[in-house]
Amino acid sequence: MKAFIQFLKKEFYHIFRDPRSLMILFAMPLVQLLLFGTVIKTEINDAEIAIWDKSRDISTQKLTNKILSSGYFKLAKIIQSEPEIDTEFRKGKIKLIIVFDYNFDKRLTNEGKASVQIIADASDPNNATILVNYVESIINDFLRVKNDMNIGLQPQMRMFYNEEMKSVYMFVPGLMAIILMLISAMMTSISLTKESELGSMEILLVSPLRPAQIILGKVLPYALLAFLDAIVIIRMGKNIFGVPIIGSRLLLFLETLFFIITALSLGIFISTITNSQLVAMMISAVALILPTILLSGFIFPIDNMPWILQFLSNIVPAKWFLIAIKNIMLKGLGLVVIWKETLVLLIMTVVLLVASIRRFKIRLE
Amino acid sequence: MKSIIVKNVSKKYKQAQALDNISVVVEKGEIFGLIGPDGAGKTSLMRILSTLILPTSGEAYLEGLNCARDYKKIRKIIGYMPGKFSLYHDLSVEENLNFFASVFGTTVRENYDLVKLIYAQIEPFKKRRAGKLSGGMKQKLALSCALIHYPKVLILDEPTTGVDAVSRKEFWQILKTLKERGITILVSTPYMDEAELCDRVGLIQGGKMMSVNLPSEIIKEFHHELFALTSENNYRLMKHLKERTNPHDVQIFGQNIHLINRKAKLSIEVLKQDLINNGFPNISISKIQPGIEDCFIELMRGTSD
Repeated sequence: MKAFIQFLKKEFYHIFRDPRSLMILFAMPLVQLLLFGTVIKTEINDAEIAIWDKSRDISTQKLTNKILSSGYFKLAKIIQSEPEIDTEFRKGKIKLIIVFDYNFDKRLTNEGKASVQIIADASDPNNATILVNYVESIINDFLRVKNDMNIGLQPQMRMFYNEEMKSVYMFVPGLMAIILMLISAMMTSISLTKESELGSMEILLVSPLRPAQIILGKVLPYALLAFLDAIVIIRMGKNIFGVPIIGSRLLLFLETLFFIITALSLGIFISTITNSQLVAMMISAVALILPTILLSGFIFPIDNMPWILQFLSNIVPAKWFLIAIKNIMLKGLGLVVIWKETLVLLIMTVVLLVASIRRFKIRLE
Repeated sequence: MKSIIVKNVSKKYKQAQALDNISVVVEKGEIFGLIGPDGAGKTSLMRILSTLILPTSGEAYLEGLNCARDYKKIRKIIGYMPGKFSLYHDLSVEENLNFFASVFGTTVRENYDLVKLIYAQIEPFKKRRAGKLSGGMKQKLALSCALIHYPKVLILDEPTTGVDAVSRKEFWQILKTLKERGITILVSTPYMDEAELCDRVGLIQGGKMMSVNLPSEIIKEFHHELFALTSENNYRLMKHLKERTNPHDVQIFGQNIHLINRKAKLSIEVLKQDLINNGFPNISISKIQPGIEDCFIELMRGTSD
């Protein structure tokens, strides 16, 4: 036991004396969270638009006010002529231009219809579509209020569990999966192979330490630090970006701990395949981190993938982890609902650990 | 009392035969030197004894324990120092020693007595990171770490490779004092001059044990006369001698050229006159006692012919 504590101490020395480990462990989670949370967004705030109001009457004025007060748009320019449309778009700042036709109010009152043109800068197609949809829904809303009547069916949309479609709700769980994968799987596989590469594994093997003690001693510090990172991410998500935790915190932490163990067993398994730090890093990056980003449903919805990728996504642990913690955090569901995901993680962990123990060498060959 | 018994051990890797039917016995409290060039199989034999690899065939025993079966027990009683420096570079001298002490279930204080001699020399640098030590100090630290649990058998794989001459001498001095404590020491080295510092040596070449003997006896096995020659142009002299006699009998040793006078064909006087006539006016020739290196080269020739 004393030997084991010394072993842990040694491992912490390694971590805290290596600037690169420190960066990955402490700086990277924070930077990534802030980056994903603030810079990379799918929702629109203060998109700059221009308006060409040929009519200048009460209706166009009201509609303009309504659009600008929605909070999604900011009036950057009032334009007066056709060629200006092109020049403004070319400058690149303005993403959308609204053109009200002549006699807007008159035609709207008399004929019940008027012309408004929405021109978007589709060099970023996703963004353009979202902007156009927003304007459309505002105009529809305006017409409904003005006519004060129901024109047939009016769909009422509500986005449950994320009413404002905040992308940060998605990023916090996704980011947790990536960071935990990075620390638990990649860093441990590197740190285990480092012992073999430097030759110190030779001495550790020729010592009374049991293989299980060696592995546990190498892995436990990373598990602790990974868990610490997870807590920081959850707390920052809540306090800075307002990502709610509706369900049980205890369950959330347990599920996180569970995922950490799965990732650790992946890391151990990788270290039994290779003795080179570089190879371990490459395997971790290509076989673990990339699928965690691409196939977990973090960025791209799994339902939209070709069947083969959908099938492959099942062996990505992060997929199951994401489903589970989103259910806990955003929907407030309990173990009754997420037992299946938990079970999948459990099976993965057991299989990996058994395989690793069988492959771990008590000798050099 | 036998400390190490190796019985007909062979080790085959995928492509190479590292050890070929080796048998050797090392007495308790003996310094046994494994001498041989790179790739001779020294490391493989040491790793088999340290329970790090298994022999393809044959058996090895250490303090009566089978190296394949009883590896757990053996790991408690041996101190092993691998060929390349394998302590932790980012841990200080002191931390390394404490770590290995605790791994073997002991403390530095408990066996300080044993490591004192070596550790005292590196203690002034105990706060320094191991990676920043010089080659000689690294080896002393590694030896301290291998000794910290008072092993019965010490296995040292080329401990003096890449170490300066003074540190090498000190290192061997330390081994002598450890021997006095009753520790069996198996040490490998590519340096022939270190052979004479061992109690017994085994000359190993191409996976075969060519000779196991006292260093003095190995020299006695050399049955030929040996000349040391030197002139102002040793390179030309060497070329000349190789043309004149069997090229294998001519070897360069530092400032001298050693010539084996096989079957006493030559006499110094005749040879000297001949060389002066051939343009080596300042030639000096003397008859010398063979060193272990001469014997080794002679033995090596015996296997390759």
